[in-house]
Amino acid sequence: MLILQCPYCGINADETELAAGGQAHIKRETVGSDDNAFEDYLFRRVNPKGVHFERWRHANGCGKWFHAARCTMTLEVFGTYKAQTFEPPQNIKDAISAKRPGWKWGDFS
Amino acid sequence: MSSRLSSGGRLLDRSTSVAFEFNGRKLKGYAGDTLASALLGNDQMLVGRSFKYHRPRGIVAAGPEEPNALMNLGKGGHFEPNARATTTEIFPGLTAQSQNHWPSLEMDVGVLNNYASRFMPAGFYYKTFIHPRAAWKHLFEPFIRKAAGLGKAPKDRDADTYEHFYSFVDVLVVGGGIAGLQAAKNAGEAGLKVLLLEQTPHWGGRAPVDGAIIDGQPAEIWISSTVQALENMPNVTLRTRTMGAGVYDHGYALGYERLTDHLAPSTAPRHRLWRIRTKQIITATGALERPLSFAGNDIPGVMLAASVRDYIVNHGVSAGDRTVIVTNNDDAYRTALVLKDAGLDVPMVIDARPDGGGPLMDACKEKGIRVETGKAIAKVKGGKRVQGIVLCSQAGAGGMLEEVACDAVAMSGGWSPVVHLWSHCGGKLNWDDKTACFRPDHTRPPLGATGEGFVTVAGSADGEQSSGDCLSNAVMRTNDVIEALGASPQSTTAPQADTEPMAAMAAVWKMPQGAGYELRSKMWLDYQNDVKVSDVQLAAQEGFESVEHTKRYTTLGMATDQGKLSNINGLAILADSLNADIPQVGTTTFRPPYHPISLGAIAGEASREIFQPIDKTPLHEWGEANGAYWEPVGHWRRAYCYQKPGESIEDAVNREVKAVRDSLGLLDASTLGKIIVKGPDAGKFLDMMYTNLMSTLKPGKCRYGLMCTENGFLTDDGVVARIDDDTWLCHTTTGGASRIHGHMEEWLQTEWWDWKVYTANVTEQFAQVAVVGPNARKVLEKLGGMDVSKDALGFMEWKEGKIGGFDARVFRISFSGELSYEIAVPASQGRAFWDALWDAGQEFNVTPYGTECLHVLRAEKGFIMIGDETDGTVIPQDLGLNWALSKKKEDYLGKRAQQRDHMTDPNRWKLVGLESIDGSVIPDGAYAVGTGLNENGQRNTEGRITSTYYSANLNKGIAMGLILNGPDRMGDVITFPKIDGSEVKAKIVDPVFYDKDGEKQNV
Repeated sequence: MLILQCPYCGINADETELAAGGQAHIKRETVGSDDNAFEDYLFRRVNPKGVHFERWRHANGCGKWFHAARCTMTLEVFGTYKAQTFEPPQNIKDAISAKRPGWKWGDFS
Repeated sequence: MSSRLSSGGRLLDRSTSVAFEFNGRKLKGYAGDTLASALLGNDQMLVGRSFKYHRPRGIVAAGPEEPNALMNLGKGGHFEPNARATTTEIFPGLTAQSQNHWPSLEMDVGVLNNYASRFMPAGFYYKTFIHPRAAWKHLFEPFIRKAAGLGKAPKDRDADTYEHFYSFVDVLVVGGGIAGLQAAKNAGEAGLKVLLLEQTPHWGGRAPVDGAIIDGQPAEIWISSTVQALENMPNVTLRTRTMGAGVYDHGYALGYERLTDHLAPSTAPRHRLWRIRTKQIITATGALERPLSFAGNDIPGVMLAASVRDYIVNHGVSAGDRTVIVTNNDDAYRTALVLKDAGLDVPMVIDARPDGGGPLMDACKEKGIRVETGKAIAKVKGGKRVQGIVLCSQAGAGGMLEEVACDAVAMSGGWSPVVHLWSHCGGKLNWDDKTACFRPDHTRPPLGATGEGFVTVAGSADGEQSSGDCLSNAVMRTNDVIEALGASPQSTTAPQADTEPMAAMAAVWKMPQGAGYELRSKMWLDYQNDVKVSDVQLAAQEGFESVEHTKRYTTLGMATDQGKLSNINGLAILADSLNADIPQVGTTTFRPPYHPISLGAIAGEASREIFQPIDKTPLHEWGEANGAYWEPVGHWRRAYCYQKPGESIEDAVNREVKAVRDSLGLLDASTLGKIIVKGPDAGKFLDMMYTNLMSTLKPGKCRYGLMCTENGFLTDDGVVARIDDDTWLCHTTTGGASRIHGHMEEWLQTEWWDWKVYTANVTEQFAQVAVVGPNARKVLEKLGGMDVSKDALGFMEWKEGKIGGFDARVFRISFSGELSYEIAVPASQGRAFWDALWDAGQEFNVTPYGTECLHVLRAEKGFIMIGDETDGTVIPQDLGLNWALSKKKEDYLGKRAQQRDHMTDPNRWKLVGLESIDGSVIPDGAYAVGTGLNENGQRNTEGRITSTYYSANLNKGIAMGLILNGPDRMGDVITFPKIDGSEVKAKIVDPVFYDKDGEKQNV
């Protein structure tokens, strides 16, 4: 059972307080996008062994959505950050680089 | 024969005798006995029948690893199957029954399987009961179900209560043997918050039984002074009868405390589940002795050597008068010495090692005990009891050297550290050739949130053997943990204890080495599942090379003991058969819990009426008092109908349906979700959330809206009212309030976070009553206040003001096609408002109505219901709701998805009304059959029923359904087969059955 720190209220929240929201940093496709791009947006998700970025909601707490950078293999948490961003903040990227040099995830590294 | 000795038993209180019952026989034990020791004390060596062959089985062990002595305990609501006699403390009035036999334990018909065992090898069931197909369902499966399984399932509801307990500590120490006590002491002295759990009622583990000397005194002295020191530390919590059940991600662990199992049934909670968050875990869980594999090693009287010793030292009970010891290591010699000291006969110690053992062997020889080295047991003689053994050379094929008469055999195949908790969350193991066991690899521990290890292992669980080594290991490991937590170790020296040298053990996986099939097919690896050496060898021969596959094929290491005794021996045999090394074969996965825990403990307090909180509207109590027949909707209870005395549910619904259309009905609509959406960008936001245009709605007006998910499917609907320039009130379905609020928040927070919008779920702030029917306006006018005339409050308008003195928002909206007002008042005024309506409505035959009436009324009007007409695969276009899809908007959630080719397929099933030809009610969910067969040879379908009711107003069955090309086939008759084989024919019609022109609501 994971513990993630909610970046809004600062609480180290037990997994029972949280709701998982799948992969983070997905760009919305909508009217005007071609079928393939829309299908990717709607259905295709990465399932990496290692560094991953996920969406979580502090559902039974402050109700806010945030992102977690963690390792799917060791369950190590590199950090959490507010969801209102298009890419992970530099301090999160640095924290990952310190533990997993040369990591790459989508366009991020 | 097993018996109670005249003296001894350090855990016994011989002054307090305890009467209990086994298989209907009244027996006597002492306070401090386990059920197992009490049974042995009464010469009850036969305690059960084996799973597959129904062989007689006796007690093998003295702890949770016991595979055979499984009991049905208690009666009625306190009945519990599969309880281990070895971990059950006796109390006055305890009743136990052995399992898996018919008609009796002594005389069991199922033992016939034993004689057919040659024909029931590994995978017997898989291989045999395949054809014919039909026989599986009607013959094989019921028979095997009856034959399989050990305990009986309880028949009565569990009469006991259970609870959860939350604990947050720095260090959790699991195991209260000397290593665990030492670890807790060091961590406690370093100022850390410590929780120490011990599964038995006693501290100290094996050390007192093994005669350890610590700091120059018997272990018991050191144990009691250490426990006392720990009890005096405010930062240390100690619990006996509490097992560390499992280790999970990020330092989560479960403890299982048996509060009252050792007492007669009471009202106190029976078990307590400890839900522990800890920074570090030290598992000092000890080691388990392994059996040796020789023919007949399952006959009652063959026991683990250390367990034989436990029963003598702890309970003053001997397994036999003449005990042969068989071993591959030095530890079993301790048992020989204990037996001798108790005045019992040890005819022989059989040591498989050619050179025998070390100082302990010498001590035995000095006492005159005969020691045979390089020897083995060829087979054990006896049926329900051991009668003797046949001695042979370990190196040979089992040729008899001599027969030795005895009534018990104490065996030791070496020790396996209990690495379960270390492994639960990913700790890795190394094979140690020297001690022939898996030991924790401290360089590959389970990792926590920081990427650092959070579990360590101390004492004999770490592979240490002598008490001295266990203690110094515990100090070393604990100091590592203390430093990892940023505290300072207060001491680096361990108490002084023996580190007596032992001769190396020898890995002996079968006995004798060259045993033929006849012997191998009587060598039990897994007592609980009846798996023999020959079964694992056969599995290997048949290609089951993975240990996980072999486990499932042979059932080795399954069931309630999860292979505590059998796994290492089994995988050694598998490795040998595959010509592979043991580490190459590996272990099966260790999964929590370590030992079975009760389902009641997992549920905790969450059972019966507090299983789930129930939401009640302000009008709930009125419903309770007025015949409400409740149905659950989300967490709410809504009245399905209000029954008058003596009235059936069906009659009540039909009465309500007519009363609303004839005069006046009241509906408790408080459960409808109410979400405030406010802010400068609220209109823009709602245009994205709804398929309709909500930004153009004028204050004072209402609009029915549809909500889709991003993949186009309908997810909710409801009326939106604009309150003022930047405020909207969105009604959702009853079950949808928090889901839709969450849906809105998700999009606001994660996609359009720069939009200035605020949402609030105010569902429970208001009581809402629908006042419905031709006399709705009259009753409101009677209450007085707001002008609710057609001109002052038109259809799809709302107003705020006073009704009968109540603060009210009145929405003129209709889900029934009648003249209808939905009136929201503050929740605190809900009941008084309802009462006022009730009194004023008497002259109009006011009728409270429930959800079923609501359904019938809306179906008569062809209105859809989320969850009936929709099921997560339906888009608005399927339901003829194109009018609610804004053409003016560039985008809304679901719009792009609704352009995908499957969504625009003209052959999607579409909503129509259906009238059965014979007037009957078509079964809900029935499928319409078309022409031809599909690729599976089944009839093609061309539609299905989504809603179906008897309409009392129309006096016939009406239905809605999604039908292939439905709207283009008006008047066609289609066929719905029923479950009973008959079929019902129905005509496709317009879904509006009643008042097609809407004249009744337009008044």
